[in-house]
Amino acid sequence: MKKSGAEIFVESLRHEGVKTVFGLPGGVVLKIFDVLCQQKDIELVLTRHEQAAAHMAEGYAKATGKAGVVLVTSGPGMTNIVTGLADAYMDSVPLVAFTGQVSTNLIGNDAFQEADNVGISRPCTKHNVLVKNVADLAQTIKEAFYIATSGRPGPVLVDIPKDVSTDKAEFKYPDRVYLRGYNPTVTGNKHQIRQAAEAIMKAKKPVIYVGGGAIFANAADEVRELAEITQIPVTMTLMGLGSFPGTHPLSLGMLGMHGGYWTNMAMHHADLLIAVGARFDDRVTGKLSEFCPEARVVHIDIDPTSIKKTVHAHIPIVGDVKAVLHQLNVMLRSMDGNPAEVKSQRAAWLKQVEQWRNEHPLTYRQDDRVTKPQFVIEKLYQLTRHEAIVATDVGQHQMWAAQYFKGSKPRTWLTSGGLGTMGFGFPAAIGAQKAYPEKLVLCITSEGSFQMNLQELATVAEHKLPVKVALLNNGFHGMVRQWQDLFYEGRYSASYLGKIPDFVKLAEAYGILGLRAVKPDEVEPVIKEALKHKGPVLMDIHTDPYENCYPMIPAGGAHHEMMLEDPPELVNARKGGAHKRKVDEGEGVLPA
Amino acid sequence: MEHIISVLVENKFGVLARVAGLFSARGYNIESLSVAPTLDPTTSMITIVTVGDDRVIEQIMKQLNKVVEVLKVVDLTETHYLDRETALIKVHTKPEHRDEAIRIADIFRAKIVDSSPTTYTIEITGDVDKVEALINLLKPLGIKELIRTGRIAIARETTRTASPRREPALLKT
Ligand SMILES: Cc1ncc(C[n+]2csc(CCOP(=O)(O)OP(=O)(O)O)c2C)c(N)n1
Repeated sequence: MKKSGAEIFVESLRHEGVKTVFGLPGGVVLKIFDVLCQQKDIELVLTRHEQAAAHMAEGYAKATGKAGVVLVTSGPGMTNIVTGLADAYMDSVPLVAFTGQVSTNLIGNDAFQEADNVGISRPCTKHNVLVKNVADLAQTIKEAFYIATSGRPGPVLVDIPKDVSTDKAEFKYPDRVYLRGYNPTVTGNKHQIRQAAEAIMKAKKPVIYVGGGAIFANAADEVRELAEITQIPVTMTLMGLGSFPGTHPLSLGMLGMHGGYWTNMAMHHADLLIAVGARFDDRVTGKLSEFCPEARVVHIDIDPTSIKKTVHAHIPIVGDVKAVLHQLNVMLRSMDGNPAEVKSQRAAWLKQVEQWRNEHPLTYRQDDRVTKPQFVIEKLYQLTRHEAIVATDVGQHQMWAAQYFKGSKPRTWLTSGGLGTMGFGFPAAIGAQKAYPEKLVLCITSEGSFQMNLQELATVAEHKLPVKVALLNNGFHGMVRQWQDLFYEGRYSASYLGKIPDFVKLAEAYGILGLRAVKPDEVEPVIKEALKHKGPVLMDIHTDPYENCYPMIPAGGAHHEMMLEDPPELVNARKGGAHKRKVDEGEGVLPA
Repeated sequence: MEHIISVLVENKFGVLARVAGLFSARGYNIESLSVAPTLDPTTSMITIVTVGDDRVIEQIMKQLNKVVEVLKVVDLTETHYLDRETALIKVHTKPEHRDEAIRIADIFRAKIVDSSPTTYTIEITGDVDKVEALINLLKPLGIKELIRTGRIAIARETTRTASPRREPALLKT
């Protein structure tokens, strides 16, 4: 029996094991939404903005490892998800986005709500397709899921014209994908792996540098094994957090622009860098010409284009990170030299790193008047007993969360790294909560970012998703204000947020619990109450508007050129009342 | 350095846009580009002439390979190859220049394929040097219009099998 395109769509999703679709309807996709509401296997989560649908799907995908699915209408529905696609493309998140398109006979005529969906999304998708014939729909969907989740994962867009959703065809879901030009390399080249193993055995000051690739590849166990058998310290990129326990003695925490002093110093002095599923982003490397000046580089990545793109790799290994690390670990174990020996060899290097750590650990000074943002993150970390899935937004709070929230498991740290998308955190948390209704999902955000997708409070309320939002309210685009303080003589151009809503009342307006902590001693009780509460909570936690995030490598600086605290000029300017004027002239920073 | 890259692609909607978009998005140069179907009607060959240092060319090769519909990428400059370009040149021909134009065309074994009382249209096929030399010689007569196909290239069979200077293809398996 023939089925309509809409039925084929739903059947295909069922075959892919899709449980949740995030989206919002419109003219050309009504047929699909109509079929969706007549079945029970796949749940549709109606978002209040398509951008949020894309980020929810990202959150879902990052937390589960499965492809997140988005369904939106043509024209504005599609253009609204572009940020999510670009975000997913940068951070290699498997996403399949279905967009409606005007009927095939209208394409190209500037029809109502027509946009060139394939053209617009081309540079920010791994692959995209316009389905012109309903007979190709099932095959295209099968390929879309395969491409999104295999190799280096990424977003795939499938554009479905209205007549394709209503036309009929025989349905048979293909059980195999054959793509002539797409065949990611999985196992690594043995010769290269042997070279890497030999380099590791010879190295005196090695560092393992792990990126998000290790998380998609589910390679945490292999990373840990490599670190432990070789006694090599491990640093993680913002995207790699969770791939190695932050509390492990060999963990160096995050590196780069806001990485630890000891971490960046270790990078600067390393003689061997083992890059695992990382892409040498400029926020990680700092000044390229002075990046790891003494190190030979082993680079393991599934994507050949990541290798030698910005930093030369002496030993490049293309392959699935998990498979390659497994091969490498087996080889290392079979080589001469027992672990005890390795340990003693490594002792001097680890001692040096420890010395750097003790010289300049992460610090802040909490007094009893204003709450320091770092204090809030530490409290959240302690009180959630490290069990939470954490989603962050973008800005200072994100960096503090990365520094102080020592994740222990992969897929529990959801953040926008490559694109740095404000507004990502809250919907990402919702997506993760949808995937794991029983788990504790925490969103660490700030008033600037939160206001970019706060309409999703309605989604949370509707689905009774118990997301706990900790909003570190500093009244500023804090990260922007920090740069203005440091590099623009404190001219706060458009960083002061002025009229900030009363977030407690806002939460209540959506029928969810709002809590506020104005003083430092209110922080802990508020967090405790939020954690006890069964439903969603929005915590408005007032934090020091002028706290800056350190260490910091200023743009263009090298790893050993970190700023560790506010420079004296800034401290003096503050004392003289400069840098604050604009705020003081305003209507008051925060609602009391 | 200049490189000639052949890109074998599936003949699908939007593939050329993806390939060209990749160059513009990443700031790579395209000196010339030509596309046409191959013997197999489901595939096309794109020939791109580009300029870049080794690092850039390596990235271009890898990025091209990453495109789902790309089947094979070969940097022909790494092998022995033949390249050709065709140009149609419409020159002004005052009565006293008509013989001169024919003479120049003859030297280059170019053909006059159209003629009007005031113009000749000359067709030339050859490697870039030859095409450019002809254009330069015709310039003094006054070129009214010029159209070039962009270069196409093919590896030489004997040397390719006998002694490639380096593994020429990043073959997708
Ligand atoms: C969509 C988007 N627009 C602009 C920026 C630039 N930007 C980076 S951080 C930041 C300020 C973030 O402010 P807030 O969310 O309040 O966080 P805070 O830094 O105060 O913790 C801005 C505007 C961005 N990253 N994303």
